[in-house]
Amino acid sequence: MSDLNYFDYAATTPVDAGVLEVMLPYFGEMFGNPSSLHRQGQRAEAAVEQARETVAAGLHCDPGEVVFTSCGTESDNLAIRGAVVARRAATGANRIITSRAEHHAVSKTAEQLGKLYGFQVDWLETDEYGLITPQAVKQAITRDTALVSVMAANNEIGTLNPLSEIGAVCRAHALPFHSDAVQAAAYLPLDVNELGVDLLSLGAHKFYGPKGIGVLYVRKGTSLLPAQTGGGQEGGLRAGTQNVPYIVGFAEAFRLTCEERDRRAAHVRPLRDQIIGRVLEEIPDSRLTGHPELRLPNHASFAFKDMDGNLLLTLLDAAGFACSSGSACKTGNPEPSEVMAAIGLPPQWGLGSLRVTLGKDSTAAQVEAFLDVLPGLVQKARALNRR
Amino acid sequence: MSGGVDSSVAAVLLKQQGYDVTGMMLRLWSEAGWEDSNRCCTPDSMAQARRVAAILDIPFYAVDVKELFRSTVVQAFLDGYAQGLTPNPCLVCNRQIKWGYLLEHARALGADYLASGHYARKRKAEDGREELLRALDHAKDQSYVLHVLTQERLGQALFPVGEYSKPEIRELARTFNLPTAGRPESQDLCFLAGQDYRDFIRRNAPQITRPGPIRDRLGRILGEHSGLAYYTIGQRKGLGIPSSVPLYVLSKDAATNSLVVGVQAELGQSVLKVHDVNWIAGAAPSESIRLQVKTRYTAREAWAIVSPLAAGQVEVHFELPQRDLTPGQAAVFYAGEVVLGGGLIQ
Repeated sequence: MSDLNYFDYAATTPVDAGVLEVMLPYFGEMFGNPSSLHRQGQRAEAAVEQARETVAAGLHCDPGEVVFTSCGTESDNLAIRGAVVARRAATGANRIITSRAEHHAVSKTAEQLGKLYGFQVDWLETDEYGLITPQAVKQAITRDTALVSVMAANNEIGTLNPLSEIGAVCRAHALPFHSDAVQAAAYLPLDVNELGVDLLSLGAHKFYGPKGIGVLYVRKGTSLLPAQTGGGQEGGLRAGTQNVPYIVGFAEAFRLTCEERDRRAAHVRPLRDQIIGRVLEEIPDSRLTGHPELRLPNHASFAFKDMDGNLLLTLLDAAGFACSSGSACKTGNPEPSEVMAAIGLPPQWGLGSLRVTLGKDSTAAQVEAFLDVLPGLVQKARALNRR
Repeated sequence: MSGGVDSSVAAVLLKQQGYDVTGMMLRLWSEAGWEDSNRCCTPDSMAQARRVAAILDIPFYAVDVKELFRSTVVQAFLDGYAQGLTPNPCLVCNRQIKWGYLLEHARALGADYLASGHYARKRKAEDGREELLRALDHAKDQSYVLHVLTQERLGQALFPVGEYSKPEIRELARTFNLPTAGRPESQDLCFLAGQDYRDFIRRNAPQITRPGPIRDRLGRILGEHSGLAYYTIGQRKGLGIPSSVPLYVLSKDAATNSLVVGVQAELGQSVLKVHDVNWIAGAAPSESIRLQVKTRYTAREAWAIVSPLAAGQVEVHFELPQRDLTPGQAAVFYAGEVVLGGGLIQ
């Protein structure tokens, strides 16, 4: 088995060496609890607040609007549960607008709120590219709407949603607007005022930070019920001793990302275009999933007719290429994903998805090697599928 | 890999022997609602197999064969009962799934061999042919279900645990600190999830069998049965016929949907026709041959003269009458330790 060529940066990224370096002192000499009175505690608190300022600078917001959480999923949960419960208590509004194309962190949360907590979920239809239009949001809004949640970039198919326009619609109706930007943060500038969001979720491990640390941006004035109560950390929204080294790591990774964003995008975009071009040209019965232009610059995703995507991933892994699919499932129990269903992929295509995502360490040689083996492996997977 | 001790130790042994090992696990079909009780692919057993692969530092892939399993193994099982047979789905699974689809899948991944945790052995004969042998531990021997292998497939098969006894395998698992060392044996048909096959048929395909007459050998009607599929050859209990002597199921006549019963003395049978025969060597013996024949997975072998007939057919003359010969089960032929082949009882 050859060394692995990594094409799964949308799943996670390696921690940048510079990020790791700034984290390390906070495991050792500066181990204090930010809530403590003594100088050890003060140093830790200073590190957390410095990190908060760094993140706020990247988001163009006030440091007091940055809440550190344990991951993007927690941020989504806190945003959605916190916002709708608070709003229902204040106004009686009990409807949530979102879509099936969202990450499960959002869609399963909405689903549970609908099933068990008396909310009603209005599921938006996406277009064939998985895109949510401002018109669709506008039409779904009722007097009882408590929250709109639309992701910035789709993790499976890379499509970018028109956040600022959706944000404008929400603002016009005085509705809180949440966006899961976990997948987008590595490549999209995230000015919360331009995007018009009130709540924005981020996770560090998608942009060369560590796993297990996230951020929720909470616009001042957005009322949110805390999901976790206790010592009152993070402005009372997320109790629990702060994970100081990881918070420091998040901030450094985010700072580097904001600094290098354009360069990183310029590096991956031509490689992505090469992958899309050659796959569609060389592999029969293949199609791009997601939007052809409005998509993440590192993201290529496909569907292959009459093929089992899991099978292809296995073949790719054995050949030394790490990719992912819309139905990626380690248990070998493939079901077409909600996203594939949402974009209306016919059944013969639904299980045959492939996601190829690039990163700052991707090379032209890796892409070349990948494109050399892929058509043959798709053919092999199809042959096994036909039995 | 099934998450059980045998395939786990098989992986360890292969790794020790220097093979570049990849773990694969079949995701088989389960009846809706019974997924957690399937004998060989519960979430728990998959987690176990994954743990073993991680400990051995080998790649691990789950292979989805739900639809193929349903359309071949489960379908053959139901079809068999519909025809008044007592099918053995493990044979279909070994031929179509394990040493069919999975082997092809492994080959597509670049593998030279597919190894399993079956208790059996193989060796190369002097003429270069592959031979299938019983396991060293006769009590655990699983060569019966492997008689379906061809030369080509046997050539690509490895049975690392066949050289050991079951206690030795458990001991090895403990030595290697495998979490699977103490797991219980898997038994029965995986997709029956530990239930009686009759309940499975009642739930999934009650239409394949219907009530009919119970007759004796002379054709006299003694009562009514609830469906041929619900009875097995040799069965005594549950016939519901008042009789001064115990009555046994002798045979099933699918053409008239009759269950034929008789007294114990009528149970024995000396001649047997076998069809769909696979000779592992690739061809039938040129003349009749005295062999040991095994007619059920759990039966003792019995001496018989095995006479090849036309295409894929064999006639077996036992030296002593045999009880409970059951159409649909396999008759497997042994020359000492070597499995020559086998086929389905007609």
